[in-house]
Amino acid sequence: MIESFLTYEFLQNAALAGIMIGFVAPLLGVFIVVRRLSLIADALSHITLTGIAASLLLEKRINAINEWNPVYMGMAFSVAGAVLIEKLRKVYKHYEELAIPIILSGGIGLGVILISLADGFNTDLFSYLFGSVTAVSRSNMLTVFIITILVAAIVLLFYKELFVLSFDEEHASVSGVNGKLIHLMFIVMVALVIASAMQIVGILLVSALMTLPVAAALRIAKSFKQTIGLSIFFGELSVIIGLITSYQLSVPPGGTIVVTAILILIMAITYRKVSTQFSLKGEAL
Amino acid sequence: MAENNILELNNVSFKYEKETVVKDVSMTIQEGQFFGLVGPNGSGKSTLIKLMLGLLKPTKGSIRLFGVPVRHFKHWEDIGFVSQKANSFNSGFPATVLEVVKTGLVSKTGLFRFYNKKDREKAMKALKTVEMEAYSDYNIGELSGGQQQRVFIARALVSEPEFLILDEPTVGVDAKHVADFYKLLRRLNREEGITLLMVSHDIGTITEHASHVVCMNKTIHFHGASHEYNAFSNDDLSQLYGHPVQQLTHNHGEAEYND
Repeated sequence: MIESFLTYEFLQNAALAGIMIGFVAPLLGVFIVVRRLSLIADALSHITLTGIAASLLLEKRINAINEWNPVYMGMAFSVAGAVLIEKLRKVYKHYEELAIPIILSGGIGLGVILISLADGFNTDLFSYLFGSVTAVSRSNMLTVFIITILVAAIVLLFYKELFVLSFDEEHASVSGVNGKLIHLMFIVMVALVIASAMQIVGILLVSALMTLPVAAALRIAKSFKQTIGLSIFFGELSVIIGLITSYQLSVPPGGTIVVTAILILIMAITYRKVSTQFSLKGEAL
Repeated sequence: MAENNILELNNVSFKYEKETVVKDVSMTIQEGQFFGLVGPNGSGKSTLIKLMLGLLKPTKGSIRLFGVPVRHFKHWEDIGFVSQKANSFNSGFPATVLEVVKTGLVSKTGLFRFYNKKDREKAMKALKTVEMEAYSDYNIGELSGGQQQRVFIARALVSEPEFLILDEPTVGVDAKHVADFYKLLRRLNREEGITLLMVSHDIGTITEHASHVVCMNKTIHFHGASHEYNAFSNDDLSQLYGHPVQQLTHNHGEAEYND
């Protein structure tokens, strides 16, 4: 295992990108979950697929862009989708969640047309849907690195604004926090992280890496900072265990990562149950 | 215009789409006053508060905070706000009491700066003021409604505001704690010198504690000192509420109105 890790560059790329994603996806995931925006991650991952399909089609029709990596087009679509969701939320003020199915189904509908036109139903597509340990190139890995640094820096610098907006939007605006700008920045970061994580976890499962570790952390953590710390810890654990088993069993990493995250979640729920029962018994004595 | 005017409203009107919710409201609050804003449900009290805080723009009229037009007002740390909605937050939110109170410092701390040890001390002091310092590490969702209300007041107090606005803060707080709550407000007003504006639909109780009262239903029906308000007759109240109302005063100092 270690020998092949040292031999194969693709394994190093996948492992490094995976570790960065295991950090940054749950970090944003905490804010997504507490703001009840979990479905936004799904909508954005589906529109990433549209971007990838568009790229595959262009590649087929115009030979000159053969060197393009579909991930970048996916990223562009994801960011555009994020901005569009924000616009739609303003159009439907009283039904803000409507923006999500509109973007999600629109993305898939357009995506499936583009994929068919590109004759793209092949193994390539399968790795976009469920992730792959071989798909991450060195330049992709560096892109993930830049995005990780950028997102971590922004979350750190705007931590108190992001926190107050998540807890109480009205209080934030009374405090003079520019909620609209910070929210837009936030959702663009989510779009970038989804497009990055998609290479490892796959489009269909990328939202799981943002929500499942947070769901587990919520059962245990007392404070917000603890929630962030535990979410990242569970995220890393899922990615590392998931990538190793994926390589050993030759199955897509999306599956093994998500199953690991689910197992962690079950353990967290059980732990909470057992510990509350113990403390109840303690009080009874 | 007097220099110690904290808040001035001049002929303020507001329409939600076509419906007029607030009409020609003028009022002034001066430093050190404890104002009660009363009126029936749907009388535009909360809308008026939102206008004062710049969350809504008036269709007509002008609003000044500390002498500055509200749209140019920058010193939000001088104003504490306890919203009616404060109690309906996501109670599963994973935050401690201390983390919540510190958010009251967000406007004072500035961009790209972090909360430091001093901010923590300030937050603990604010918690002490509302007698909740023992709960600083508790999860906010674990507390009772009355305790949460105190935490939100601490959050409003942490930036050391000169003016505290409370929108129906006693809703969902049981009667036993309401008395304690008024005691806390009186202490803030008299000892800390904080100017207060409290929205309430409980006319009797608020007139007993506040120094001044504004009575509104879209437009202002009474504006003045609380003791003058006692002369405001039941007929006037009935007119205000649109149906017969009787104000009952009891010896133990609680007043109620009923249909």
